[in-house]
Amino acid sequence: MTTQEKEAAEPASKVDLPQEQGGGGEIPTFDVTLRVRRYNPELSSEAYWDEWNLTMFGTDRVLDALHKVKWEIDGSLSFRRSCAHGVCGSDAMRINGRNRLACKTLLKDLDLSKPVIVEAIKGLPCEKDLIVDMEPFFQSYREIMPFLINEGHEPKRERYQSVEDRERFDDTTKCILCAACTSSCPVFWTDGQYFGPAAIVNAHRFIFDSRDDAGDMRLEILNDKEGVWRCRTTFNCTEACPRGIQVTKAIAEVKQAVLARAF
Amino acid sequence: MATPLKAQIAVPRSSDKTVAGVKYNRSGRKRNNFEMYAWLYMRVSGVILLVLIFGHLFVNLMAGDGVHAIDFGFVGGKWANPFWQVWDLVMLWLAMLHGTNGVRTVIDDYAERDRTRIWLKALLYLGSAFAILVGTLVIFTFDPCPAGADPELLASFCPAP
Repeated sequence: MTTQEKEAAEPASKVDLPQEQGGGGEIPTFDVTLRVRRYNPELSSEAYWDEWNLTMFGTDRVLDALHKVKWEIDGSLSFRRSCAHGVCGSDAMRINGRNRLACKTLLKDLDLSKPVIVEAIKGLPCEKDLIVDMEPFFQSYREIMPFLINEGHEPKRERYQSVEDRERFDDTTKCILCAACTSSCPVFWTDGQYFGPAAIVNAHRFIFDSRDDAGDMRLEILNDKEGVWRCRTTFNCTEACPRGIQVTKAIAEVKQAVLARAF
Repeated sequence: MATPLKAQIAVPRSSDKTVAGVKYNRSGRKRNNFEMYAWLYMRVSGVILLVLIFGHLFVNLMAGDGVHAIDFGFVGGKWANPFWQVWDLVMLWLAMLHGTNGVRTVIDDYAERDRTRIWLKALLYLGSAFAILVGTLVIFTFDPCPAGADPELLASFCPAP
């Protein structure tokens, strides 16, 4: 028997917790007015606004306010959320007129002297409350073929890529398909025919990937009447991206690649 | 030789479908470079127009007597010179097409129905074509001293009939 085994079992926590909680100071609370644009086609074809006064904590996000309403006040409020930590991209919504992820927007960062206005993202058909039909968005995404296409023989090991080659498209690998960019684009709002920033960002991710062979096909797809040339560089998409992708820059790079291919 | 990539993979196309009255498929697909050339034209013509327009403004408003020198004779003299004829002609065509294309994109972006789009564009193209033709005609056929005109109305520099 070794000495180690004779020792007492390891404590549950190695950090000594104080007997009294709240040593770090109380989390401040404040009152928030939440204004949500409601829509329920089963009851009425008209949208209307609902308002709730909530007491929230300084660490709370807009998503927590929506949860508080749904769990404690009005269970009929509908919105999408999955991971609730800015990774899945389910809860993109228009918060105070800007497309944001509800799970990444802290209430304390908003102007709380006025109601916090929450709407569904624009340009996509609203199904209920904050839920929109994402199908047109994913349709554009599918059309740019967001998968690796390689003509060569399948290697037995992984496909090598230099650090520089990987760096070339690093920014556009961050997309979580939340649709915040596409639904912030005024060109997309008009008729939804434009491919939209998200589809172009994901095309960029493969066009500039040294392992991919179908960049030319994707450039041809985006040289469409509704492709990159409809971008008016208003930068709404870059401003809206919760992952900080330089969306407008990526679109400009695809434009240049289409031009370079033609001349 | 391996089969070319294009033959192996058909580009996925949105199938025609309508869900709850919303059409998701992209309408009319044209495979040409028109939009690319239009985009490129805006950049290139913009740079050239900067030179042409500011050159025009400088010569008309600042050089010599400046703005006070502008009268019928000044314009007549300029258009007697092939250099200014070409300058003004290039400026007219580039600016008109640049502006027309700009308004075309505005119509594309803001007109929500196809029919509205067609009518607005027809009006736009008609107006631009008219302005370009009349402008071109004037630059080439401008005669400050037309023969057989009332001598009272002729400019002072015109030779006596």
